[in-house]
Amino acid sequence: MAESAGFIPVIGLEVHAQLLTRTKMFCRCPAVFGAEPNTMVCPVCLGLPGALPSVNRKAVSMAVRLGLALGCRIEGESVFARKNYFYPDAPRNYQISMYDRPLCSGGGLRFEDGEEEVSVGLERIHLEDDAGKLLHGRSGHSLIDFNRCGTPLVEIVTLPEIDSPRRASLFLQNLRHVLSYLGICDGNLEEGSMRVDVNISMRRRDDKALGTRTEIKNLNSFKAVEAGLEMEIDRQRKVLRSGGSVVQVTNLWDAGEKRLVTMRRKEQAHDYRYFPEPDLPTLVVDAAWIEDERAKIPELPLERARRFRREYGLSAYDARVLTAESDIADYFEKTAGMTGEPKMTANWVMRDVLREIKTYGGDTGSFPVGPEELSGLIGLIKDGVISTSAGTEVFTGMLGSGEGALEAVRRLGLERISEKDEIEAIVERVLGSCPDEVERYRGGKRQLIKFFVGQVMKESAGKADPKVATELLRRRLDS
Amino acid sequence: MSGLAGKSVGELLALYRKGRASPAEAVADCIDAIDSRDMAVGAFLEVFRDEAMSRAEELENEDPESLPLYGIPVAVKDNICTRGLPTTCASRMLSGYRPPYDATAVERLSAAGAVLVGKTNMDEFAMGSSSEHSAFRRVINPWNEECAPGGSSGGSAAAVSAGMVPAALGSDTGGSIRQPSSFCGVTGLKGTYGRISRYGLVAFASSFDQIGPIASDAEGCALLMQALSGPDGKDSTAISEDCPDLLCALDGGLSGITFGVPEELGGWDLDRAASSALDEACRAVSAFGEAPERVALPGMETSIACYYVIANAEASSNLARFDGVRYGLRESSDSLYSLYASTRTEGFGEEVKRRILLGTYVLSAGYYEAYYGKAQSVRKMIRKAYRDVFSRIDLLMLPTTPGPAFRLGERLDDPVSMYLSDIFTTPANIAGLPAISIPAGLSAEGLPIGIQLVAGAGREDLLLRGARGLEKIFRFRERFVPGGGEA
Repeated sequence: MAESAGFIPVIGLEVHAQLLTRTKMFCRCPAVFGAEPNTMVCPVCLGLPGALPSVNRKAVSMAVRLGLALGCRIEGESVFARKNYFYPDAPRNYQISMYDRPLCSGGGLRFEDGEEEVSVGLERIHLEDDAGKLLHGRSGHSLIDFNRCGTPLVEIVTLPEIDSPRRASLFLQNLRHVLSYLGICDGNLEEGSMRVDVNISMRRRDDKALGTRTEIKNLNSFKAVEAGLEMEIDRQRKVLRSGGSVVQVTNLWDAGEKRLVTMRRKEQAHDYRYFPEPDLPTLVVDAAWIEDERAKIPELPLERARRFRREYGLSAYDARVLTAESDIADYFEKTAGMTGEPKMTANWVMRDVLREIKTYGGDTGSFPVGPEELSGLIGLIKDGVISTSAGTEVFTGMLGSGEGALEAVRRLGLERISEKDEIEAIVERVLGSCPDEVERYRGGKRQLIKFFVGQVMKESAGKADPKVATELLRRRLDS
Repeated sequence: MSGLAGKSVGELLALYRKGRASPAEAVADCIDAIDSRDMAVGAFLEVFRDEAMSRAEELENEDPESLPLYGIPVAVKDNICTRGLPTTCASRMLSGYRPPYDATAVERLSAAGAVLVGKTNMDEFAMGSSSEHSAFRRVINPWNEECAPGGSSGGSAAAVSAGMVPAALGSDTGGSIRQPSSFCGVTGLKGTYGRISRYGLVAFASSFDQIGPIASDAEGCALLMQALSGPDGKDSTAISEDCPDLLCALDGGLSGITFGVPEELGGWDLDRAASSALDEACRAVSAFGEAPERVALPGMETSIACYYVIANAEASSNLARFDGVRYGLRESSDSLYSLYASTRTEGFGEEVKRRILLGTYVLSAGYYEAYYGKAQSVRKMIRKAYRDVFSRIDLLMLPTTPGPAFRLGERLDDPVSMYLSDIFTTPANIAGLPAISIPAGLSAEGLPIGIQLVAGAGREDLLLRGARGLEKIFRFRERFVPGGGEA
C-alpha cells in the first residue's frame, strides 16, 4: 500500500478560550459581548500612558480549575510576560501573556473515538488578555472597537501528537464540552469565544523526526478545522512526494471561499521579544487555592458517559451524546429518575428534545417541556394511555402550549381507546366494508390480519389499542 | 506676606496653623515667583493659575490642622497624569495630550490638601540626566544659568531651588530625583520600590520607576512621602504595608545609627567638593558614635551597564504604545506601517530613539541571554550584595554624584558620559532601596553638591532620621542661596 511507505500527518493545536469572568483580565471593566463599541473600556484596557494592570483572580481560578480537570501540573509560581508586536487592535502594542513559566504544564485530554478511548497530551495552559476588534470600512479606513480588549483568555497548547484531522476535530469538540462543564467558557467557535490555530507537519511512517511545520489560523468551526487540515495535509504530501520540501508558512482559513490563504512566510515571522512583565509580580497559587478549585470540578463528560453506560445500560454512542452538554445530561438524569425507564427516556431526549431545544439556544431552563413534563408524557405511553406515535404529537402540543402531558392529550383528544365495546364497533365496520379481504383471509391468507389492524387504527385515528384490536379481529375472523 | 514660595513645607504649615498666612496667599506668591523667574529658568511646562487659586480659596474653609499638606503648593513632573490637564512627558509625541484620569500620587496629594500649581519640565520620557532632552524648552540650574539642573526631574528640582514652590514631585528611575536635587541644592527622596503607587506615572522602566518628593529639606520630603505612600490596588507592585511613621522618626538624631561608606569610592575620580562633603559627613557621624564602616559593594562598576540594559529593554516595550493610532501625535501616512514609522520618527527625540533601539536590540532573539538575561543575573547579585550590607549597617553614605552640575551642552554629544553621572544613584534603583540626596556644600565654582544616604528596603524612617541629622550639620539652607553665595 502506498500509504504505508508514505507520510503521516503530525498535528498540534493551540486553542484560545475566552473565560466567562464578569470583568476583564487586568481591569474592572465588564467583559461583555455585543455592547456599543468602545463603551466597556478604561485607561487600563485602553493601555493609556501610566495605567497599570492588576490580575483578575477569578480568571486565575478558572484556569487552575481547567488545568486540574485536564490533569496538568499547577505551578505554584508562574510569570506573566510581555509579547511585543505592533498591531492596532493591541493598544499597548504588547500582549500580556505567559512565556517560559506558564500556569499549567503537562496533562492531557482523554476522549472516546468510537469505541476507542484516546488521549492527547498537553504542553501547557496559560493566561493572557484578548485584543480589540478591527472593523474595516469600505472607505479604506478601519475602526477599532476595544470592548473585547482585555477579555481573559486561556491558551491551551497540545503536544504535536494528533494524527488525523478528524481526531483534531474530536479533540476540540471534547475540549469544548469540558470547558462548558467547568462553566469557564461557552466554546463558541463562530462567535470567537473559542479560537483555534493548528500547526501541522509530516513525518515518514518509519521515522520519528518531524518535518517543517506550517500553521493555519482563523479556523472558525469544527468543519473548518477538518477541511483546512485535509487541504494542508494534501498539499504537504504532494510537495514531499514530488521531492520538494515544505516551507515554513502561516496560512489563514478563508471561511467564505473555504480555502487557505498565505498570511506570512518564515522571513516575515515575528520576533516577539518576550520578557517578564515588570508591572506584575510573580503569580503565586498556593495549595489551598488549588484545593478550592479542585473541589469545584464536577463529574466530567467522559466519566459521566461511562457512568451512564453502567448505570442506565445505554450504548456508548447514546451515553456520549447525552453527556456532551451538562445541562442535557442533567435533564436526562432527572427525567430518567422520574420515569424509571432510562432507555425510553434516552430515546426521547436524543430524538425529540435535542431536535427542538436548538430553538431555545440549547437552554434547558427556558425549554417548555421540562423533566417533569417529559416524564409525564413517557409515563402515559408506558401505561398505554396513548400510543408512541400519538406521543410525538403530544410532545409537539406541549412545546407550543407549555402544558402538562395529560392536559395536552385531553386537549388533542389522543387518549387511546381500549374499551372493547368501542373497538368492537369499529371492527364490525371495517370487516363489513372489506368483504373481499375477509374472504381471502378465511381462505388462508392469514397475514391479512395486519391489513385489518391497520384499517382499525385508521378508522380510530390511531387511538385504538392495537393489541385489543388484533385480539377482537382474530376472534371475529377465526370463528 | 511675600516670600511664601521660598518657605519650606514645614514652615508654611506652621504659618497656616498660626493664622499668619493662607493658602491663597502662598499660591499667589508661587504664581508671582513663577511669572517673574521661570521665563529664565524654564522649570515649568504648564502653570495652572486659575485652578490653583480656586483650589486654594476652597481650602480657606477647611481647618489647617485637618489635612497633612494643607494648602501646600506643589509642582508635578510632567510624566505624572493629571486629569484633564496636559501631561506631555516633555515629548512632541504627547503634545496636547490630556489624560482622563489622575495618577494615584496626584489623587493623594489633593486628598492631603496640597494645591497643584503646574507641571514641570524634564528630559523627554524621563530619559536623561540634564533635562536638555525636553522637546519644548531647556531648564537652567538656578545656581548658575550656564549649568544643567540635572535630570530627568530637572524642572521639579529647579522649581524648588529657585523658590517658585516649596515642594515638587519627581520620578526616579536611575537617579532622576536625587541627581538634579544634588545639582540644584535641594533635598530629593526616592522611596523603596513600591512605596508610592506608580499608577498614572507614564512608564519609562517599570521595575525601577518610583515617584518621589523634592523639597527644600528632609521634613518636607517626609511630609510628602507620608501622604503619597501606601498600598494601591491599581499598582500590583506597590508595597502592601504602610510606610513607617516618618515624622516621628525625623528627629531621632544620629546617635545609634551605624553608617557605611563604599570602599569602591576610592577608585572614582571624585570632585573635591564631593569628597570634602563626604569627609565632613564622616567626621560628623563619628562625633555621634562609631566612625562609618568601609563596606565592599562589588558590582558597583557593572551597575550602570546592568541598569541601561534592563531599563532600556523595558522602555522599548513601554513606549511601543505611542504609535499615532489612539492619542497624541499622528503623522499623516498612506499605510499602517508608515503611520507607525513617521509618527515615531517625528514624535520621539534622539535620546528616546537611541534607548528604544538599544532596548529592542537587547531583547531580540539570539541576543536576549547575552544582554537582558545576563543583566538580570547581575541585578540579582547587586540586590544580594546590598542585602548583605544592610544586615550589618543602617545607612550607606556616598556622594549623590561624582561632581557638581556640568555645563549645559557639555555632555549632550556624549551619551556615555551623561549615563555615568548616574553611577552613584542607579544601584538604589537596581536594588529597589530607599535613598535620599541632601545638599552638603558648594563646589569651588559655587555649585551645590549633595550627599546621598541609602537604607535597607522599607527603612525610610532610618533614612529620614539620618538625613535630618546631617542636614543640621551641613546647615546648607541657612548658609547658601542660589545666585547669592552665602546666605
